[in-house]
Amino acid sequence: MLELNGATYRYAGYARPVLHEVSLRVGDGEIVGLVGPNDSGKSTLCLVASGLAPASIGGELKGTLTLDGTTAAGLRTFELAERVVIGFQNPNTQRSGIAATVFEEIALGPMNLGLPVVETVARTRDAISRLRLEAIVERDPQRLSGGQAQLVGIASLLAMRPRHVILDEPTAQLDPEGTRLVGEALEALAARGTSLLVAEHKTDLLDRLCSRIVVLDAGRVVRDGSAGGVLDDPELRELGVEPPARVRLTRAVAHAGGDPRALEAVLR
Amino acid sequence: MESVGAFVIGGYIGPLAIIVLAVLPAAVVAGVARRLLRVSLLLTLPIAISVVLVSVFTRAGSTVLFQIGPFDATLEGVDFAGQTLVRLLAISTSIGLFGLTTEPRSFVLDLERRGLSPRFAFVAAATLEAVPAMVERAGVIASAQRARGLDTEGSLRARLRGVLPLAGPVVVSSLTEVEERSLALEVRAFGRPGRRHLLWRIADTRAQVAVRILMLTLLGAAIVMRLTGTFPALP
Repeated sequence: MLELNGATYRYAGYARPVLHEVSLRVGDGEIVGLVGPNDSGKSTLCLVASGLAPASIGGELKGTLTLDGTTAAGLRTFELAERVVIGFQNPNTQRSGIAATVFEEIALGPMNLGLPVVETVARTRDAISRLRLEAIVERDPQRLSGGQAQLVGIASLLAMRPRHVILDEPTAQLDPEGTRLVGEALEALAARGTSLLVAEHKTDLLDRLCSRIVVLDAGRVVRDGSAGGVLDDPELRELGVEPPARVRLTRAVAHAGGDPRALEAVLR
Repeated sequence: MESVGAFVIGGYIGPLAIIVLAVLPAAVVAGVARRLLRVSLLLTLPIAISVVLVSVFTRAGSTVLFQIGPFDATLEGVDFAGQTLVRLLAISTSIGLFGLTTEPRSFVLDLERRGLSPRFAFVAAATLEAVPAMVERAGVIASAQRARGLDTEGSLRARLRGVLPLAGPVVVSSLTEVEERSLALEVRAFGRPGRRHLLWRIADTRAQVAVRILMLTLLGAAIVMRLTGTFPALP
């Protein structure tokens, strides 16, 4: 389980905190969605939940991050990496720059963990197959489209088989097919007991994947509940979050005098 | 090895022999002779100009060839400049050949296999790739700025006026990217101490090993002979 307790975080050189008293729990095998308008602190929360803030980027954290009951404070970045991984928004910075092929890029994480070659190759092939990347394994990672680079970045994290995964807008550059593949890969990870925190603007994806949704606004948690409950919240749009298509359609049907429950049943 | 050899052997014949017997045949076999010539001349030209000016006019000598103002161009100065130029050419061709025939990431990973720290390997690879990456980024930013009306065409002055404002965004975005990339590497346990099991190794044939040993032996012998004063004085 990944747990944040009363986390208030201020970046180095900033006068004010970006996160305020954020408490969050992601259980084993659970996928928690994180939504909120731009600049609400989602990316910062991802950094704090991964331990990189403050361990690597500095700043000041009040409150605690615990991973499977152990406090993350004082862990070095490579020790954190053995427990929790984070995927960033920009796939180009996710690329190592030292791998000649996509295969080597994905294998880098397991290699760094000091795994035997056989295990590294097995994990790499598994991640490649989950995201259907077979056609580009020999390609230069620098010469990929934005969507391909994003899938390779996610595959690189999957290959490490971490206990906890944090993803900051993992499907930002993906087409519907790529988004579907990422969704399936995340579900498979959760089924193995991995806890996942996914910051996303695509609420349709979260609606399908998540058991819980957390809404962040100005660095504070303003909603935390079941996916259905939060995404159906009539005030969601006022909080800067677009409800998923299911909710909008259901409301449109109700508004037109139809039976929203019948539509809901069909959609689900 | 060729670069060090050019300095150790000295004279005209030594560096020229290195170019003709070692560098050029390898360049022809690799199919990069024409590009090598261009790259080497580009690398050598700026230094060559200053070497010729400084050597010819400031080197003391008894034979004055001609005078420009208060400066005497001496035969000894011309000779010194000539020897320096052939050495520079030997160095630039051998470095150019290395650059044109070696894939940087393969080279760095092979060094890691031979014991180099992964962290150093990353720094070396990032450095080798920094220049083309920045050129590419500058191209993207320039296109974006041109689309918004920035004039980067025309005379040299107009081009400079157009290009200078791009320097800030290129450098800042490159630095930001490096920071994010180092974070992404840390996430993938890059800083973990201990050896990594690398997935592959560069093919190193017996012939390649033999050539390396031969060249190292020749270089070692030349250094020893030079230090002991038994090296023949070459013209």
